Amino acid sequence: MNRPDTNAPAEQITYANILFYGCWGGLALMILTYIVYVTGIMDPYVSMELVTKFWSQPVGDYLTQNNVPTGWGWATLLGKGDFLNFLGIALLGGLTIICYIPVIFAYLKKKDMAYAVISILEVLVLCFAASGIVGGGAH
Amino acid sequence: MKLNMTLMRILGGTALALLLLVTLAWAGNNTELANEAAKQMAEATGAPSTLPWWAWPTILLFFCFVLGIIAVLAGVGGGVLFVPLVSGFFPFHLDFVRGAGLLVALAGALAAGPGLLKRNLASLRLALPVALIASSCAIVGAFLGLALPGNVVQICLGGTIMGIAVLLLTSKNTARPVVTKQDALGLALGIQGAYMEANGEIVEWKTHRTLPGLLLFIIIGIMAGMFGLGAGWANVPVLNLLMGAPLKVAVGTSKFLLSITDTSAAWVYLNQGCVIPLMAIPSIIGLMMGSFVGVRLLAKAKPAFIRYMVIGVLLFAGGKALAKGLGF
Repeated sequence: MNRPDTNAPAEQITYANILFYGCWGGLALMILTYIVYVTGIMDPYVSMELVTKFWSQPVGDYLTQNNVPTGWGWATLLGKGDFLNFLGIALLGGLTIICYIPVIFAYLKKKDMAYAVISILEVLVLCFAASGIVGGGAH
Repeated sequence: MKLNMTLMRILGGTALALLLLVTLAWAGNNTELANEAAKQMAEATGAPSTLPWWAWPTILLFFCFVLGIIAVLAGVGGGVLFVPLVSGFFPFHLDFVRGAGLLVALAGALAAGPGLLKRNLASLRLALPVALIASSCAIVGAFLGLALPGNVVQICLGGTIMGIAVLLLTSKNTARPVVTKQDALGLALGIQGAYMEANGEIVEWKTHRTLPGLLLFIIIGIMAGMFGLGAGWANVPVLNLLMGAPLKVAVGTSKFLLSITDTSAAWVYLNQGCVIPLMAIPSIIGLMMGSFVGVRLLAKAKPAFIRYMVIGVLLFAGGKALAKGLGF
């Protein structure tokens, strides 16, 4: 009787490796940008005093009273300490999409068309969510 | 005056930054800080916070580190625990707690993913079809969530979570379900695998009832989007009880799965402006650190222990959501 293979498939290892480095990269970026933010090296768009005042109020109040943009508007304010933090957050949000790319090629190479199509569709779904076309949130 | 404020900001920020870097070393035995945090949390539930701006982010950092360990062992997204606990004991509005909660759940799942995938405790072949269905339906769920009153959604969430906890409590033989014959769909998709226990024992697994299992993820995906939380609480029982994956694989794959399904929901919250970096980043970093520790404990943990931990976590989180929905 053959000994079952307990090793993870190659594409799974590839996915894991990208996730690992992306995670650490995202974490490092977050710590770095957060230090820049809280030490005041870069001025924030919304001051600490206002943030602590508005974090106990609904998001609508926070956005309108402080003129904070929605959607991808944060990308235009990367020169501000608080919005600089969105770089790391966006990296984590986009990491899964990046991980899927080599997996798609791996499945295509193996002629595993079912999983290649599943992976391509997943990338499209995640890109759709990230695009900002989807409005609203959840309770 | 302005110079003093700047100096205080720099000092406060530096203190917080240092705390970020020494979290792992401290978290195990710093009872003094934990007591202080508990005292401050108790004070905050009764009156508006008078603490300096850096105090709450610091408390959040330690709180989320512990949460990250528990979340991995329980196979749930940190958001399920984060949202009811932080909205109950911290001064932040629920909008920002939900935004941070989804990022916390996402970060925890991303951090746990590599270890789980490499140990074969999370299966890409099991996760990918499930993730496609769940993440697509999570977007539909987000639209539905907007149409329903908040308290109705809270009651549904609480009832669902507690129902699953009861299901897990009353069910038998879930550590390693017996799958005598794999179904046609599971066989066609090659959903099977093997992993090694800490004692060297090799555990082979395959799925059955694959189609009903996948169809259930339509409902799970919609519910995840509607409630604004990860769906580990629903993933584990479906993967384990219905589809027949061993509990460790179900827990591991569920955790990894959250990294995909929570991505779509997290973008929705990010695009809506529900993310405040000052409180979201310490939450994320604390939970990621906790998740790295949790993954190492998972391989050594006993399935029975994980099972009871899942049940306890679900009962607590479900009760909290139910109470909130009913206005208590």
